[in-house]
Amino acid sequence: MKELSLNILDIAQNSVKAGAKHIGIHIFEKANELSFEITDDGCGMKPEQVEKLIDPFFTTRTTRKVGLGIPFLKLAAEQSGGHISVESRSREDYPDNPGTRVFALFRTDNIDFTPMGDITSTIVSLIQGADTIDYDFSWENENGSAALSTADMREMLGDDVALSSPEILSWAGEYINEQLAAINVQQ
Amino acid sequence: MKSLEELAAIRDRMKSRVVLREGSGETRVVVGMATCGIAAGARPVLNAFVEEVAKENLTDHVTVTQTGCIGICQYEPVVEVFEAGKEKVTYVKMTAEKAKRVVEEHLKGGKPVSEYTIGNN
Repeated sequence: MKELSLNILDIAQNSVKAGAKHIGIHIFEKANELSFEITDDGCGMKPEQVEKLIDPFFTTRTTRKVGLGIPFLKLAAEQSGGHISVESRSREDYPDNPGTRVFALFRTDNIDFTPMGDITSTIVSLIQGADTIDYDFSWENENGSAALSTADMREMLGDDVALSSPEILSWAGEYINEQLAAINVQQ
Repeated sequence: MKSLEELAAIRDRMKSRVVLREGSGETRVVVGMATCGIAAGARPVLNAFVEEVAKENLTDHVTVTQTGCIGICQYEPVVEVFEAGKEKVTYVKMTAEKAKRVVEEHLKGGKPVSEYTIGNN
């Protein structure tokens, strides 16, 4: 993956496939570190499945729905001197609050740090693909925070207009770009 | 600075066209967005289809959707076009530029761009 925003898109698609209704994508930037977490309320995974995620040779064939995504993310994090972690509660074991949290931390001063790239495009693609899911996106840094919540958008739009309408998607893209520019995020 | 309140205005503007926008589902453009597709460049392809279909006013009969891995990862980004009563067309190794041509010639003009299809790659 050439951009971390593509890793984020890929990992969030796992949450979509896990049947999540709410997906959180939160990015934190400070000094020489960039980290993000992707949280969902999808079906979750059993501890033995979580263990296998890290190994591409296990995952590509046995847990096909996750595949190479996590190994790619792990590679990107570790080559910069960072790390990832995955925590999950399977629906079977935690019927009341299943879900998964993927966290990744990167060292931005490392020559092998992969740039974030076009995160706006990632968020817009996610809304386009599953407009009944609620996404909470935020980016925090020393200048403040940028955020977009599709629940807030839905409240303004009512039930008549789908979030995946081209007009709404292009509004969302411009809104996120403005918010990020206001806290000096370079895309 | 943009605000959420603008969405209310967009909603009102769109309301009159909502019936048209529902999409009759006559034509479906399906973009592969699994790890293989994303790594190969599917995101700009998807966004190009969404933008061009809107720009050409085709949203009343063309729906753009996403899918997972269909098993031909070496040909990603893969785009399938399903049209009612016609055989499926599979485009491979797509780019945003190629997507624009597919919208123009296939979705608008009705003639598949054969040089981008799987049979010719």
